[in-house]
Amino acid sequence: MKSTLKKLGFALLLAAATASFASFATADEPDDGLVKGANAALKGKKVAFVPIAMGFDLTEAWAAGLKQDAALYGYELTIRDPNWSVDAGAQAITQLIAEKPDVLVIHPPEIQAYTRLVQRANAAGIPVVTMNLKSGANGDAFIGADWYDIAVKQTNAVVKLCGKDSGKSGKIAVMQGVLTNPTSQYGIQAIQDVLKNHPDVQIVSNQAADWDASKAHAIATTVLKANPDLCAFIGMWDNMDVGVAAAIKEAGKTGQVYVVSSGGGNQASACDNIASGAFTTYISYDAKGQARDLMMTVRSLLEVKPESAGVHTEALYTPLKTITKDTLYTGACWSLPDVQKYGP
Amino acid sequence: MSLFAASGKPAWRYVQQENIVIAITAIVFLGFSVTLNNFLTTSNVLSLIQNVAILGILGLAMAQAIIGRGIDLSIVANMAVSVAATLQLANGGMPIALAIALGLALALVIGLINGMLIAYVEIPAIFATLAMGTAAYGFVRAALLNDNLIYLKAGGDGWFKWIGSGQIVGIPSSVVLFGIVAALMHVFLHHSLPGRFIYAMGDNPLAARTTGVPVRPTIVLQYVLSAGVAFLAGIVMATSVDSMETRIARSNLVYDVILVVVIGGIGLSGGKGKIRSVLVGTLLIGTLLNGMTIMDVQYTLQSIIKSLILLVAIIVDSLVNPRDEQTSQQGDI
Repeated sequence: MKSTLKKLGFALLLAAATASFASFATADEPDDGLVKGANAALKGKKVAFVPIAMGFDLTEAWAAGLKQDAALYGYELTIRDPNWSVDAGAQAITQLIAEKPDVLVIHPPEIQAYTRLVQRANAAGIPVVTMNLKSGANGDAFIGADWYDIAVKQTNAVVKLCGKDSGKSGKIAVMQGVLTNPTSQYGIQAIQDVLKNHPDVQIVSNQAADWDASKAHAIATTVLKANPDLCAFIGMWDNMDVGVAAAIKEAGKTGQVYVVSSGGGNQASACDNIASGAFTTYISYDAKGQARDLMMTVRSLLEVKPESAGVHTEALYTPLKTITKDTLYTGACWSLPDVQKYGP
Repeated sequence: MSLFAASGKPAWRYVQQENIVIAITAIVFLGFSVTLNNFLTTSNVLSLIQNVAILGILGLAMAQAIIGRGIDLSIVANMAVSVAATLQLANGGMPIALAIALGLALALVIGLINGMLIAYVEIPAIFATLAMGTAAYGFVRAALLNDNLIYLKAGGDGWFKWIGSGQIVGIPSSVVLFGIVAALMHVFLHHSLPGRFIYAMGDNPLAARTTGVPVRPTIVLQYVLSAGVAFLAGIVMATSVDSMETRIARSNLVYDVILVVVIGGIGLSGGKGKIRSVLVGTLLIGTLLNGMTIMDVQYTLQSIIKSLILLVAIIVDSLVNPRDEQTSQQGDI
């Protein structure tokens, strides 16, 4: 009897949910003075997205958000995947400028690569949203991490782990990705600025590994041998820093040599590695939150088209989360399959 | 003692490229040993080799293709996708041994298609494998893999993980595997019939065919072998960094592989060079990278130094062994 009731209740709930979902799209929805105009402003518009590449946590999460909105509001979403090629990305943007989308979302691989193209798109009246890595030109909105701030937080964490009251050597190593990327351009400056006040912590190795875990592994192995009393690594991206963590594990020094990493806060890359001890501290720029910021910014630009594109820039710097073993609460990270299935 | 050998050439003209690279490696190694504090320790020398073991294993696969006057540009793409497929299958709950078998089968099929295209459709190896690398990467990435980066989760603690990160009496397992593959490849090339055929084909394909060498099946064998060895290199890589980043298929790793093969004296025109050449080339690159990392040389400067030293080796070789009608062959790149 109880289970029948439960079933009935569940069915009712499901019916109600379906009805409310369906009513969203039908003409029966009462106009509250805003909703109909907002929906109409999105319908049939064209949104284009040019990531560095699809197929990794950040871009997949952002795309999942846009896909959800595109289906819900009936705007057309085009994704051109240049697959890590700067040339192919520039070509895709050039082509898109000719196709005149209503909003262009880009994810620049380095600071200067797309600067001129952003200016050209703006000159053609197309609003541009830049994701996570700042371009030379601002466009209409920037959604992403403040790389200086991330590196400040990472360095402060390292100072705490390796500084004068820690009983450690104070020797640290830095693992950069690509030197022309904002992570390095602003990150290195931040590390140096913080360390100015902490002469007890010195950088003994400062290398770049092209975002490649196996290159990072090779460099870290050598650095560990050359500096047996090394205290910590500052890494600039989780996907690469797993190579550093693997080298530390191989040397039997997990827990003695710390890894302070950063990334989009995806479960497999961030929280799993914190839980296993591979990473000590992780600064997350929460790509799931960024996906939602992106959805809302695109909606906003479609609803109210800027009078002249590129004149005012919204700066939506992502709130950062510091994840350590002590702050590893449920929901500190997000799971890519879930975001793809249920939306950000 | 005469300075002139029987042919009338001075003896110093017999200095081979391989010996020049050995000399340069020795000079660089000694230089680092004297000037750098933690360079000449057993553990650093082992890690020096460990860091280039994957490059070296790939170099061995590439060497036998190049000796037979071919080339395998799909080697890195093949390694990346077949090993990523293995990891994904294992993460999905498949027993690790079965996942490895399926991944290896995928790699071998890609190698088989390469071989068929080159041997029977008669597409030049450089084009066939270039296209195949892109096609294999695109197909597997789109049809089989969920993500660019596949983590090693299942089997991460067992014997599988040992392949790339274990030790045998203090020697990293990747170094041991590099040694074993090199020894096997040496035996294959110098003491087996197909191995001798590969040298014959590389030296003069038409003469090899006329004398009855089964040229086409041997070509197929070369590319299947190359794929199998590449898969092994990929397993070592994945188990040492706990993941496989398929993006590596688009990197310039394949040029580094060709470099360690060619620098040691295996000519791109085929028929020349030994496995020892690959070992020497790999050691030179490993020594350079290791020393410069210890010195904390800036990344861009490292690339410049590396390419300058390689250029010097090639210039010295072309001065000491100038090309003439006899040594320059048709098809030489």
